[in-house]
Amino acid sequence: MRNFSTWQNTSEKPKRLGNFVVMGLLILYSFIALGPLLLMVVGSFRTSSAIFTNPLGFEWPPSVQSFVKAWDQAHFSVYFLNSILVTVSSVLISTSVSVLAAYALARSRARSMRILEATFLSGLMLPIQLAIVPIFHLLDGFNMIDSLPGLILVYSAAGIPFSVFVLVAFFRQLPEDLEEASVIDGASAFRRFWSVMVPLVRPAIAAVAIFRFVPVWNDFLYPLILLRSSNHYTLPVGLASFFGQYQTDWSLLFAGLVITTLPLIILFLLASKQVIAGLTAGMGK
Amino acid sequence: MRKAPPSGPHTRKGGVRLSRSASFYFVLPAVLIFGVFILYPMFMAFSYAFFEWHGTARGAFHGIGNFITLFTREPYKTDVPRAFSHNILIFGAEMILQNTIGLGIAYALHNLKRGKRFFQTLYTLPYLVSSIVIGYLWTLMLSSTFGPVNRLLEIIGLDKFALPWLGDPRTAIWVLILVVTWQWIGFPVLLYGAALGGVPADLEEAASIDGANRRQRFFAVTLPLIMPAVTTVSVLGFIGAMEAFALPYALGGSTGSPAGSTDVLSLVFYRVAFESGDSNGTGISSALATLLFIFIFGASVLATGIMRRREENRT
Repeated sequence: MRNFSTWQNTSEKPKRLGNFVVMGLLILYSFIALGPLLLMVVGSFRTSSAIFTNPLGFEWPPSVQSFVKAWDQAHFSVYFLNSILVTVSSVLISTSVSVLAAYALARSRARSMRILEATFLSGLMLPIQLAIVPIFHLLDGFNMIDSLPGLILVYSAAGIPFSVFVLVAFFRQLPEDLEEASVIDGASAFRRFWSVMVPLVRPAIAAVAIFRFVPVWNDFLYPLILLRSSNHYTLPVGLASFFGQYQTDWSLLFAGLVITTLPLIILFLLASKQVIAGLTAGMGK
Repeated sequence: MRKAPPSGPHTRKGGVRLSRSASFYFVLPAVLIFGVFILYPMFMAFSYAFFEWHGTARGAFHGIGNFITLFTREPYKTDVPRAFSHNILIFGAEMILQNTIGLGIAYALHNLKRGKRFFQTLYTLPYLVSSIVIGYLWTLMLSSTFGPVNRLLEIIGLDKFALPWLGDPRTAIWVLILVVTWQWIGFPVLLYGAALGGVPADLEEAASIDGANRRQRFFAVTLPLIMPAVTTVSVLGFIGAMEAFALPYALGGSTGSPAGSTDVLSLVFYRVAFESGDSNGTGISSALATLLFIFIFGASVLATGIMRRREENRT
């Protein structure tokens, strides 16, 4: 388009004004998108009485009192550790079993494997939450209600469709002659997988793990139903009971929200590319 | 009918393959976990709906009795259609807002020379944050006593709009819709952004040489080419709107306060299954889940199929 400067010159002036207006609107929307999150972070460093006198202000020096209180008194240390344990274990499990399965699905041409692949991928479309009552009964039968391992297994299973979907596509892109050398060397299937293929798909493994981290960390429904006692709560359920309990201490409430969101922000800062790529991969399902 | 499977890894035109026994061990862990914790419960969910339940114990076969209960007995008779209308309202409003504001932002960013990724990242942030956090954050933002939103409205002289937004049944559902939009806007911005990047620049150029202005170029050239992305945004928006749970829970509690004005189907399902005193809660909630499943899955598959066919016809 830039080559056609003669055509462009005629509309230069209104275009520049238009660009100015568009830029203004984009910046305005940035405030709408970010404003509430900023008020949340700022509010967590203020005192509740200061927030009540001026909801939009900020005092110096900031106060970390609410974080201390949320962490100790309001049990966020417990919720936080539970969330870390549940998220990390279930992402580890679902990613490892998915890498193994994806390799076989990509490298085998048996009909049974095609059916299996279709079964896994159907999980992308199924509204899995609707199976929560049978899942509850199933875990009840295993004596796993109100237990973190039960929740971890459910999340691990729920992560398989997406992880397999991404990883199979990745394995299929790899040229097969990479493996041929090791076949000639007489390496076993597992050895071939482990020392030749896994290093090659490492970026995809990282992307899958990072992307699964977000929904598991944020999930509310499963722990609400599958956990009972507050010392097993993950952050989202802990937050729900905390909001009922400390309704009037806004600074503390903001601190709780920040603690729940912080690991995601750190993850996003470290790997924003993978997070956004995962978001669009999940949408194109 | 099928060639004998290769007995070991071998190389030929087809490349490296896995033997059947080796593939079996590779897929086994995933099959076990997925089968036990997702597939089996998924199938059971359908069977549950056709039995009468006494707490967690299964009683006699009940036919479509649970489905009839849903539409004939209170509170289900009132709650289910009302919640359903809210889900549909959320979906409809989402469609309009995502395909106007979302597409508009994506288009504006697409034409931007610098800062595209910066704005994309910024707009996507609310989508990464947990819905439960977003919900509670907005209850504080919109509080009628100390909320920053009403304070801001007073500062700019719009005192009469400083309302108890979440306390009034007439405004609460619109708050829910706007918060959902606010949270999800990064979704269409990213997806439409990627789709717009895939539109060949020379097509637009050709149209502008033919004398098409910006608007004509957009509607005649760009929009038809990004229709697949519109399909994806619509279908996923539909699934999201039908399954919304954490956000309405945080804004209005499990009963959709005030006065059921923010009630949605997932909340009804949750109440019937886990909070109602009804000993047949499992049966009735499973009937609701079955209907929801058929509706969500059926509509998504149907919509995707129709849109894909239309796209194929066009090319």
